[in-house]
Amino acid sequence: MENFTPVASLMGGILIGLSASAMLLFNGKIAGISGIVGGLVDLKKNDTLWRAAFVGGLVTGGFILRLLAPQAFEFGIVRSGGVLALAGFMVGLGARMANGCTSGHGVCGISRFSVRSIVATVIFIAAGAAAVYVVNHLLGGII
Amino acid sequence: MKSILVSFMSGIVFAVGLGVGGMTQPAKVVGFLDFAGNWDPSLAFVMLGAIGVHSLFYRLLRSRSSSRFSFAISLPSRTQIDSRLLGGSVIFGLGWGIAGFCPGPAITSLASGNFSAVIFSIAMIAGIFAFDFRRVLSARQVRAEHFSGQIRQDM
Repeated sequence: MENFTPVASLMGGILIGLSASAMLLFNGKIAGISGIVGGLVDLKKNDTLWRAAFVGGLVTGGFILRLLAPQAFEFGIVRSGGVLALAGFMVGLGARMANGCTSGHGVCGISRFSVRSIVATVIFIAAGAAAVYVVNHLLGGII
Repeated sequence: MKSILVSFMSGIVFAVGLGVGGMTQPAKVVGFLDFAGNWDPSLAFVMLGAIGVHSLFYRLLRSRSSSRFSFAISLPSRTQIDSRLLGGSVIFGLGWGIAGFCPGPAITSLASGNFSAVIFSIAMIAGIFAFDFRRVLSARQVRAEHFSGQIRQDM
Protein backbone atom coordinates (compact mmCIF):
# COMPACT_ATOMS: atom_id res chain seq x y z
CA MET A 1 0.00 0.00 0.00
CA GLU A 2 2.99 2.35 -0.44
CA ASN A 3 1.20 4.32 -3.17
CA PHE A 4 -1.89 4.96 -1.05
CA THR A 5 -3.19 8.54 -1.56
CA PRO A 6 -6.43 8.83 0.44
CA VAL A 7 -6.48 12.64 0.79
CA ALA A 8 -5.72 13.49 -2.85
CA SER A 9 -8.16 10.82 -4.02
CA LEU A 10 -10.90 12.10 -1.73
CA MET A 11 -10.28 15.66 -3.02
CA GLY A 12 -10.42 14.46 -6.62
CA GLY A 13 -13.64 12.61 -5.88
CA ILE A 14 -15.20 15.73 -4.37
CA LEU A 15 -14.34 17.70 -7.55
CA ILE A 16 -15.96 14.97 -9.67
CA GLY A 17 -19.04 15.05 -7.43
CA LEU A 18 -19.28 18.85 -7.73
CA SER A 19 -18.97 18.67 -11.52
CA ALA A 20 -21.69 16.02 -11.79
CA SER A 21 -23.91 18.07 -9.45
CA ALA A 22 -23.46 21.26 -11.52
CA MET A 23 -24.46 19.34 -14.66
CA LEU A 24 -27.64 18.09 -12.97
CA LEU A 25 -28.49 21.33 -11.14
CA PHE A 26 -28.04 23.71 -14.09
CA ASN A 27 -28.49 21.54 -17.18
CA GLY A 28 -30.57 18.63 -15.90
CA LYS A 29 -28.05 16.18 -17.36
CA ILE A 30 -26.29 13.11 -16.02
CA ALA A 31 -22.49 13.48 -16.20
CA GLY A 32 -21.92 10.04 -17.71
CA ILE A 33 -18.92 10.24 -20.01
CA SER A 34 -19.67 7.30 -22.33
CA GLY A 35 -23.28 8.43 -22.79
CA ILE A 36 -22.25 12.03 -23.46
CA VAL A 37 -19.77 10.88 -26.13
CA GLY A 38 -22.21 8.35 -27.62
CA GLY A 39 -24.87 11.04 -28.07
CA LEU A 40 -22.51 12.91 -30.40
CA VAL A 41 -23.21 10.33 -33.11
CA ASP A 42 -26.56 11.78 -34.10
CA LEU A 43 -26.38 15.54 -34.51
CA LYS A 44 -29.59 16.89 -33.05
CA LYS A 45 -30.47 20.50 -32.42
CA ASN A 46 -30.04 21.48 -28.76
CA ASP A 47 -28.42 18.16 -27.94
CA THR A 48 -24.97 18.28 -29.52
CA LEU A 49 -23.34 21.50 -28.30
CA TRP A 50 -23.49 20.75 -24.56
CA ARG A 51 -21.97 17.32 -25.19
CA ALA A 52 -19.15 18.76 -27.29
CA ALA A 53 -18.57 21.48 -24.66
CA PHE A 54 -18.28 18.90 -21.86
CA VAL A 55 -15.85 16.73 -23.85
CA GLY A 56 -13.88 19.87 -24.79
CA GLY A 57 -13.77 20.73 -21.09
CA LEU A 58 -12.37 17.30 -20.25
CA VAL A 59 -9.55 17.71 -22.78
CA THR A 60 -8.92 21.29 -21.61
CA GLY A 61 -8.74 20.00 -18.03
CA GLY A 62 -6.25 17.45 -19.33
CA PHE A 63 -4.06 20.25 -20.72
CA ILE A 64 -4.24 22.08 -17.37
CA LEU A 65 -3.08 18.89 -15.62
CA ARG A 66 -0.30 18.44 -18.16
CA LEU A 67 0.93 21.96 -17.38
CA LEU A 68 0.55 22.00 -13.60
CA ALA A 69 0.81 18.33 -12.60
CA PRO A 70 2.33 16.24 -15.40
CA GLN A 71 2.83 13.35 -12.96
CA ALA A 72 -0.95 12.85 -13.17
CA PHE A 73 -0.32 11.18 -16.54
CA GLU A 74 2.28 8.70 -15.38
CA PHE A 75 1.26 5.50 -17.19
CA GLY A 76 3.12 3.07 -14.95
CA ILE A 77 2.17 -0.18 -16.73
CA VAL A 78 3.36 -1.86 -19.92
CA ARG A 79 0.73 -2.77 -22.55
CA SER A 80 1.26 -3.36 -26.26
CA GLY A 81 -0.61 -1.27 -28.83
CA GLY A 82 -2.83 -4.18 -29.85
CA VAL A 83 -3.83 -4.91 -26.26
CA LEU A 84 -4.59 -1.21 -25.66
CA ALA A 85 -6.73 -1.03 -28.79
CA LEU A 86 -8.66 -4.16 -27.84
CA ALA A 87 -9.18 -2.99 -24.24
CA GLY A 88 -10.24 0.47 -25.45
CA PHE A 89 -12.82 -0.98 -27.82
CA MET A 90 -14.16 -3.23 -25.05
CA VAL A 91 -14.46 -0.31 -22.62
CA GLY A 92 -16.31 1.83 -25.19
CA LEU A 93 -18.67 -0.88 -26.42
CA GLY A 94 -19.26 -2.39 -22.97
CA ALA A 95 -20.08 0.99 -21.44
CA ARG A 96 -22.69 1.73 -24.10
CA MET A 97 -24.21 -1.76 -23.83
CA ALA A 98 -24.47 -1.30 -20.06
CA ASN A 99 -25.81 2.24 -20.54
CA GLY A 100 -23.07 3.74 -18.44
CA CYS A 101 -19.50 3.56 -17.19
CA THR A 102 -17.67 4.36 -13.97
CA SER A 103 -19.09 7.90 -14.03
CA GLY A 104 -22.69 7.28 -15.13
CA HIS A 105 -23.23 4.14 -13.04
CA GLY A 106 -20.37 4.33 -10.50
CA VAL A 107 -20.91 7.94 -9.43
CA CYS A 108 -24.23 9.31 -10.71
CA GLY A 109 -26.25 6.09 -10.52
CA ILE A 110 -25.03 4.97 -7.11
CA SER A 111 -25.74 8.49 -5.79
CA ARG A 112 -29.37 7.91 -6.82
CA PHE A 113 -29.28 4.46 -5.17
CA SER A 114 -30.14 2.90 -8.57
CA VAL A 115 -30.06 -0.89 -8.28
CA ARG A 116 -28.98 -1.21 -11.95
CA SER A 117 -26.02 1.06 -11.27
CA ILE A 118 -24.99 -0.76 -8.11
CA VAL A 119 -25.12 -4.10 -9.98
CA ALA A 120 -23.15 -2.64 -12.91
CA THR A 121 -20.47 -1.13 -10.66
CA VAL A 122 -20.00 -4.36 -8.69
CA ILE A 123 -19.55 -6.22 -12.01
CA PHE A 124 -17.12 -3.56 -13.32
CA ILE A 125 -14.91 -4.08 -10.27
CA ALA A 126 -15.26 -7.89 -10.23
CA ALA A 127 -14.47 -8.25 -13.96
CA GLY A 128 -11.67 -5.68 -13.65
CA ALA A 129 -10.19 -7.58 -10.72
CA ALA A 130 -10.40 -10.84 -12.70
CA ALA A 131 -8.56 -9.24 -15.64
CA VAL A 132 -5.89 -7.80 -13.35
CA TYR A 133 -5.45 -11.18 -11.64
CA VAL A 134 -4.79 -12.84 -14.99
CA VAL A 135 -2.50 -10.08 -16.25
CA ASN A 136 -0.50 -9.49 -13.06
CA HIS A 137 -0.39 -12.94 -11.49
CA LEU A 138 -0.61 -15.36 -14.42
CA LEU A 139 1.00 -13.40 -17.27
CA GLY A 140 3.66 -11.53 -15.32
CA GLY A 141 2.19 -8.02 -15.56
CA ILE A 142 3.24 -7.20 -19.13
CA ILE A 143 0.98 -7.92 -22.12
CA MET B 1 -25.25 29.84 -23.88
CA LYS B 2 -24.88 29.81 -20.09
CA SER B 3 -25.63 26.09 -20.11
CA ILE B 4 -22.85 25.46 -22.65
CA LEU B 5 -20.43 27.33 -20.39
CA VAL B 6 -21.53 25.21 -17.41
CA SER B 7 -20.94 22.05 -19.50
CA PHE B 8 -17.46 23.24 -20.48
CA MET B 9 -16.50 24.25 -16.92
CA SER B 10 -17.94 21.00 -15.52
CA GLY B 11 -15.79 19.09 -18.01
CA ILE B 12 -12.69 20.92 -16.79
CA VAL B 13 -13.48 20.34 -13.10
CA PHE B 14 -14.28 16.67 -13.81
CA ALA B 15 -10.94 16.18 -15.60
CA VAL B 16 -8.96 17.92 -12.86
CA GLY B 17 -10.78 15.78 -10.27
CA LEU B 18 -9.83 12.63 -12.18
CA GLY B 19 -6.19 13.77 -12.33
CA VAL B 20 -5.98 14.80 -8.66
CA GLY B 21 -7.74 11.59 -7.62
CA GLY B 22 -5.29 9.33 -9.49
CA MET B 23 -7.72 7.99 -12.10
CA THR B 24 -5.55 9.15 -15.03
CA GLN B 25 -2.72 6.82 -13.90
CA PRO B 26 -3.43 3.29 -15.21
CA ALA B 27 -1.00 1.81 -12.68
CA LYS B 28 -3.12 3.24 -9.88
CA VAL B 29 -6.35 1.84 -11.33
CA VAL B 30 -4.72 -1.57 -11.79
CA GLY B 31 -3.41 -1.29 -8.21
CA PHE B 32 -6.96 -0.71 -6.98
CA LEU B 33 -8.20 -3.79 -8.84
CA ASP B 34 -5.27 -5.97 -7.73
CA PHE B 35 -6.82 -7.48 -4.62
CA ALA B 36 -4.43 -10.45 -4.72
CA GLY B 37 -1.32 -8.28 -4.97
CA ASN B 38 -0.16 -4.92 -3.68
CA TRP B 39 -3.66 -3.49 -3.20
CA ASP B 40 -4.01 0.32 -3.37
CA PRO B 41 -7.44 1.34 -2.01
CA SER B 42 -7.05 5.01 -3.09
CA LEU B 43 -9.70 4.88 -5.80
CA ALA B 44 -12.32 3.84 -3.26
CA PHE B 45 -11.75 7.32 -1.80
CA VAL B 46 -12.42 8.90 -5.21
CA MET B 47 -15.77 7.09 -5.27
CA LEU B 48 -16.45 8.01 -1.65
CA GLY B 49 -15.86 11.73 -2.31
CA ALA B 50 -17.80 11.80 -5.57
CA ILE B 51 -20.79 9.79 -4.29
CA GLY B 52 -20.80 11.67 -0.98
CA VAL B 53 -21.07 15.06 -2.68
CA HIS B 54 -23.34 14.03 -5.52
CA SER B 55 -25.84 12.02 -3.45
CA LEU B 56 -26.23 15.07 -1.20
CA PHE B 57 -26.90 17.39 -4.14
CA TYR B 58 -29.19 14.81 -5.70
CA ARG B 59 -31.34 14.69 -2.56
CA LEU B 60 -31.66 18.47 -2.65
CA LEU B 61 -32.51 18.46 -6.36
CA ARG B 62 -34.86 15.53 -6.48
CA SER B 63 -37.98 17.56 -5.77
CA ARG B 64 -37.29 20.06 -8.59
CA SER B 65 -39.23 19.59 -11.80
CA SER B 66 -36.65 21.39 -13.95
CA SER B 67 -33.01 22.52 -13.77
CA ARG B 68 -31.85 26.02 -12.81
CA PHE B 69 -31.70 26.88 -16.51
CA SER B 70 -35.23 25.46 -16.96
CA PHE B 71 -34.19 22.27 -18.74
CA ALA B 72 -36.06 19.07 -18.10
CA ILE B 73 -34.17 16.90 -15.61
CA SER B 74 -33.43 13.76 -17.61
CA LEU B 75 -32.82 10.82 -15.32
CA PRO B 76 -32.61 7.20 -16.51
CA SER B 77 -35.96 5.42 -16.22
CA ARG B 78 -34.84 1.80 -16.73
CA THR B 79 -34.95 -0.44 -13.69
CA GLN B 80 -34.59 -3.88 -15.25
CA ILE B 81 -31.44 -5.94 -14.68
CA ASP B 82 -31.18 -7.44 -18.17
CA SER B 83 -28.54 -9.38 -20.09
CA ARG B 84 -27.40 -6.22 -21.88
CA LEU B 85 -26.55 -4.56 -18.56
CA LEU B 86 -24.77 -7.65 -17.26
CA GLY B 87 -22.90 -8.47 -20.49
CA GLY B 88 -21.90 -4.87 -21.12
CA SER B 89 -20.64 -4.53 -17.56
CA VAL B 90 -18.47 -7.65 -17.90
CA ILE B 91 -16.97 -6.46 -21.22
CA PHE B 92 -16.37 -3.01 -19.76
CA GLY B 93 -14.80 -4.34 -16.57
CA LEU B 94 -12.42 -6.67 -18.43
CA GLY B 95 -11.21 -3.83 -20.67
CA TRP B 96 -10.88 -1.53 -17.65
CA GLY B 97 -8.75 -4.08 -15.79
CA ILE B 98 -6.57 -4.88 -18.80
CA ALA B 99 -5.60 -1.26 -19.56
CA GLY B 100 -6.41 0.68 -16.38
CA PHE B 101 -8.49 3.31 -18.17
CA CYS B 102 -12.18 4.11 -18.14
CA PRO B 103 -13.84 6.69 -20.45
CA GLY B 104 -13.35 9.94 -18.47
CA PRO B 105 -9.64 9.46 -17.77
CA ALA B 106 -9.05 8.20 -21.32
CA ILE B 107 -10.49 11.36 -22.90
CA THR B 108 -8.71 13.57 -20.36
CA SER B 109 -5.45 11.77 -21.20
CA LEU B 110 -5.76 12.71 -24.89
CA ALA B 111 -4.18 15.98 -23.73
CA SER B 112 -1.15 14.14 -22.31
CA GLY B 113 0.12 13.18 -25.75
CA ASN B 114 1.05 9.77 -24.30
CA PHE B 115 0.98 7.35 -27.24
CA SER B 116 -0.55 4.47 -25.24
CA ALA B 117 -3.31 6.70 -23.88
CA VAL B 118 -4.12 8.02 -27.35
CA ILE B 119 -4.36 4.49 -28.85
CA PHE B 120 -6.69 3.42 -26.05
CA SER B 121 -8.89 6.52 -26.39
CA ILE B 122 -9.28 6.26 -30.16
CA ALA B 123 -10.24 2.58 -29.87
CA MET B 124 -12.64 3.41 -27.05
CA ILE B 125 -14.36 6.15 -29.05
CA ALA B 126 -14.60 3.65 -31.94
CA GLY B 127 -16.29 1.17 -29.56
CA ILE B 128 -18.76 3.83 -28.38
CA PHE B 129 -19.55 4.97 -31.92
CA ALA B 130 -19.87 1.37 -33.17
CA PHE B 131 -22.73 0.92 -30.71
CA ASP B 132 -24.36 4.28 -31.28
CA PHE B 133 -24.21 4.17 -35.10
CA ARG B 134 -26.20 0.95 -34.94
CA ARG B 135 -28.61 2.51 -32.48
CA VAL B 136 -29.17 5.57 -34.69
CA LEU B 137 -29.48 3.48 -37.86
CA SER B 138 -32.08 1.13 -36.38
CA ALA B 139 -34.05 4.12 -35.01
CA ARG B 140 -34.06 5.64 -38.52
CA GLN B 141 -35.18 2.34 -40.01
CA VAL B 142 -38.09 2.17 -37.59
CA ARG B 143 -39.07 5.73 -38.53
CA ALA B 144 -38.72 4.96 -42.26
CA GLU B 145 -40.90 1.85 -41.97
CA HIS B 146 -43.46 3.81 -40.02
CA PHE B 147 -43.39 6.52 -42.73
CA SER B 148 -43.74 4.13 -45.69
CA GLY B 149 -46.61 2.46 -43.82
CA GLN B 150 -48.32 5.82 -43.59
CA ILE B 151 -47.90 6.45 -47.34
CA ARG B 152 -49.42 3.07 -48.11
CA GLN B 153 -52.35 3.92 -45.89
CA ASP B 154 -52.75 7.26 -47.64
CA MET B 155 -52.92 5.51 -51.01
